[in-house]
Amino acid sequence: MSRSTPVATRPRPKTPSPAAGPLKRYRSSVGKKAVMAVTGAILVLFLIAHAIGNLKVFLGREDFDHYSHWLRSVGEPAIPHRTFLTAMEVVLTVAVLLHIWAAISLARQARQARPVRYAARPKAHENRYATHVMRYGGIVVLLFVIWHLLDLTFGAVNPKGGDAQPYDKVIADFDPSRWYITLFYVVAVILVGLHLRHGLFSAVQTLGWGRQRRYPAVRLAADVVAALLVIGFVSVPVMVTIGVLN
Amino acid sequence: MTELFTEGAPVEDTKAPDGPINERWDKRRFGGKLVNPANRRKLSVIVVGTGLAGGSAAATLGELGYQVKSFCYQDSPRRAHSIAAQGGINAAKNYRNDGDSIQRLFYDTVKGGDYRSRESNVYRLAQVSVEIIDQCVAQGVPFARDYGGLLDTRSFGGVQVSRTFYARGQTGQQLLLGAYQALERQIAAGTVEMFSRHEMLELIVVDGVARGIVARDMITGEIETHLADAVVLASGGYGNVFFLSTNAKGCNVTATWRAHRKGALFANPCYTQIHPTCIPQSGEHQSKLTLMSESLRNDGRVWVPVKKGDTRKPADIPEDERDYYLERIYPSFGNLVPRDIASRAAKNVCDEGRGVGPGGLGVYLDFADAIQRLGRDAVAAKYGNLFEMYERITGEDPFEVPMRIYPAVHYTMGGLWVDYDLQSTIPGLFVIGEANFSDHGANRLGASALMQGLADGYFVLPNTISDYLAKGPFEKIDEDHEAVVEAREAVKGRIEKLLSIDGDRTPDSFHRELGALMWEYCGMERTDAGLRKAIDRIRELREEFWTRVKVPGENEELNQNLEKAGRIADFFELAELMCIDALHREESCGGHFRAESQTPDGEALRDDERFAYVAAWEYTGGAPVLHKEALEYEYVKMTQRSYK
Amino acid sequence: MKLTLKIWRQKNAADEGRMVSYEIDDVSPDMSFLEMLDVLNERLILDGEDPVAFDHDCREGICGMCSLVIDGTPHGPEKATTTCQLHMRKFKDGDVITIEPWRARAFPVVKDLVVDRSAFDRIIQAGGYVSAPTGSAPEAAAIPVPKEDANKAFDAATCIGCGACVAACPNASAMLFTAAKITHLGLLPQGQPERYDRVVKMVDQMDAEGFGGCTNTGECTAVCPKGIPFETISRLNADLLKASRG
Repeated sequence: MSRSTPVATRPRPKTPSPAAGPLKRYRSSVGKKAVMAVTGAILVLFLIAHAIGNLKVFLGREDFDHYSHWLRSVGEPAIPHRTFLTAMEVVLTVAVLLHIWAAISLARQARQARPVRYAARPKAHENRYATHVMRYGGIVVLLFVIWHLLDLTFGAVNPKGGDAQPYDKVIADFDPSRWYITLFYVVAVILVGLHLRHGLFSAVQTLGWGRQRRYPAVRLAADVVAALLVIGFVSVPVMVTIGVLN
Repeated sequence: MTELFTEGAPVEDTKAPDGPINERWDKRRFGGKLVNPANRRKLSVIVVGTGLAGGSAAATLGELGYQVKSFCYQDSPRRAHSIAAQGGINAAKNYRNDGDSIQRLFYDTVKGGDYRSRESNVYRLAQVSVEIIDQCVAQGVPFARDYGGLLDTRSFGGVQVSRTFYARGQTGQQLLLGAYQALERQIAAGTVEMFSRHEMLELIVVDGVARGIVARDMITGEIETHLADAVVLASGGYGNVFFLSTNAKGCNVTATWRAHRKGALFANPCYTQIHPTCIPQSGEHQSKLTLMSESLRNDGRVWVPVKKGDTRKPADIPEDERDYYLERIYPSFGNLVPRDIASRAAKNVCDEGRGVGPGGLGVYLDFADAIQRLGRDAVAAKYGNLFEMYERITGEDPFEVPMRIYPAVHYTMGGLWVDYDLQSTIPGLFVIGEANFSDHGANRLGASALMQGLADGYFVLPNTISDYLAKGPFEKIDEDHEAVVEAREAVKGRIEKLLSIDGDRTPDSFHRELGALMWEYCGMERTDAGLRKAIDRIRELREEFWTRVKVPGENEELNQNLEKAGRIADFFELAELMCIDALHREESCGGHFRAESQTPDGEALRDDERFAYVAAWEYTGGAPVLHKEALEYEYVKMTQRSYK
Repeated sequence: MKLTLKIWRQKNAADEGRMVSYEIDDVSPDMSFLEMLDVLNERLILDGEDPVAFDHDCREGICGMCSLVIDGTPHGPEKATTTCQLHMRKFKDGDVITIEPWRARAFPVVKDLVVDRSAFDRIIQAGGYVSAPTGSAPEAAAIPVPKEDANKAFDAATCIGCGACVAACPNASAMLFTAAKITHLGLLPQGQPERYDRVVKMVDQMDAEGFGGCTNTGECTAVCPKGIPFETISRLNADLLKASRG
């Protein structure tokens, strides 16, 4: 019996086995998004704690350094020195890695999904700038985080070096003469904010809580959280640079 | 007239059971043979078309365990034109406790069909209607519901009970997606093999029995042979013979016409339904017509200027220079007269030169009174969607300017002749849905097309085809069988011929001309002289087509003009038969109005003495042969309709 | 009206394809976009050129067969309108209009502006149905469905399967299409027994077809001719996560 070739010009994909286990679920495109949402949420919680901690700088050198010291000694003597901080670092590192892994693999899937691009520039109908800069924004944010760690955590690129007290490092870092560092921080933090603006909304949608009637509130909440974080983070370097803190 | 056709022996429905009408379907099902489940997978069935009838039939046959091959010309079975049905689906559920019953649905359908359908078939349709709703609800079809969560119904098409189930204005879409999903489930299960973008171009008949089809793969152009133990045609109606209709652009008669040429009788081709509320043609470029829901006539008032050729804007025409002609001629029904009457009245005023809009082919449907009476918001709530659609197409806002409407071809009641088992005169060839002629007589009631399609596909055919298939196993047919080769070569020859003419006219230009001819002479009103003229013109035009058509490209590619040309070639032959059928039926009934047969006040006049029969036509290549199937009414008394 | 059309021409799946310009005059504002292409094609046939292949059928906005990315927007500039219902009065005399096919790996070009969308059928095959063999149905009134659920299910069920969501999505994701079916069936009592199995199978098939993942940009809903709500995607996500948790 004569049979035609299938309509498609490539072999039809087989239906994947439905018996795949639950862990495999997270390797589906939706599963990866869930991984991004959960790890993103962990990172946002960290950022909120981080911002609150940063603001302690306005209470003075003592408070700020004490807070920094407390982070390392919390739980002592029940648990060894720096246990809490190390655990947090591990969690954050794993979260960042998973977030990046999921992002890269989704980006790759997306790129493969459209091998031929449009000649006419596709119009963005949603007009939400943030949604279209997640990937590039994410890379910039990552570079910033690396710089930031080298700067204020390890002190490698900090004028005071790694052993100085936290307060001194901050003041030295954003000294008025180093205005360009401050500018870099401000720009980077705004990018983080844009990333969060869509990220928070997106997480709610991905975790299954998005509904038409909730969207305005979710968008607003995402905007407010992102804005507060940006203000919180930006305030310290700016205040140092303009001399309010010294 | 004898030169146009000859009369042969009467045709008889030998499968129709007798006895009390409410027991006939049971009786037939019990009388028919069954196929053992283990033997079903050895039997194969081809289903052409994936609309409500074809989709539901293929899915159900697959569920029963037959090997099914399903064909559609669209890129997906979900796109068949059943999807465009708006209004709803009738069922004698009597959920409203308003006096509905199977008997009443049966009665309304026979009467609505102007006493030109079979009682047994229509009664079965009414019986099965209740099962359809159950089936569709179980599939997840989101019918409208009331606040208690139960199914809502509305009244439709001028009947007195509320028996129409609906899913907003998209009932056809939702029902079709239900059937499509059931079909896809069977495709996944391996019982149905799907061939989309495939067009059936020939029926294979071996020793007088239908054994397969020749189909063209519309992407590669390959001419394929598909053999089976039975063939089911569910390829829809032939309204596109008029070029402009509410049908989808791809709807065509080729599948049924090819079967007709191979010996299947074609019944009542002249019965076409013309819908009064369509958006008028805006110019020469028009490619199709869009239906507006009939519900608009509940609040809109139809009028034209009193004066001929009045080119003033509607707002500038004073009240006393407007003719609300439906209210004037039919004072008791007014704007709500049945479809055929409203359509013809519109044609009459336009013929008098009082039509409005481009070409004078349109009448106003005015909501000014309704807006004043109910308020703009109430009108918007009721008809907002329709107004938007109208504005999208015409650029005019019905809140400001009266709508313009004009009738358009919408549905064809005629089709291949089938017996009670839905089997054609070729053994092994079954025909379901709009493609057959069976249930609507000379006029179809609103919300009955969906009912018939699903009744045939889900419940009737799967039960009747087993009686035929139980005769198996059938002799194995080879691809090299003489009849198979002949069918395949015929298709190839036709395609080569079409491609080789290389004339100076496009396929569409012929289709437009044929359509205009049919609309003029075989449309809303038909006359002896007009039909004779049309037959002559069709023959000339067909000859011109075969010498002057230009089909670009080649067969071995996606070639949309080659597809069109093949369909138009068949439309030419059908058009002639339609005119012959219309000419021979010297009475008016339902959608067929002969100017010579009207009451003194201009209404359709049936002639039951001479024409209470189904006209089933046999193809000969020359003058067709008429076979009559007498219609007898035991349960419904024949009366003349009146809407004055 | 006089227009310049820049149209993607591609003889078949193997051909590379290119943009070709056509001048067209005598375009009436009352024409639909497809009728304008009909006029062009009639001329091309008589000039001995190959007419432009494009998919279309019902021409009343419900079959889902027509497509076309017009100036970068699937189905063109008018909101909630399919190409077949788009009329030329939306354009101006002298406009240059770019017309391209849907672009996605899962929708290979068949010819010119015609693509193969059978991937959508296979996603439905994977589970987009209620298993209710003919004859097995209980009495229709036996199961009441709350009106609001029925309405929401209906909103999702109006999807016409045209693929504009994929064409508009920066990732060429088929999430809106898949989610519309998940939501339609998942909101109805009839769809419950297979609900979680269905979402797993359909998402797996969607990924296997080569569509991209969803990044919640909302472009799909913005161009959808039937306005399928964005929340359907979140409902899919919720169901998939629930299925994954076992």
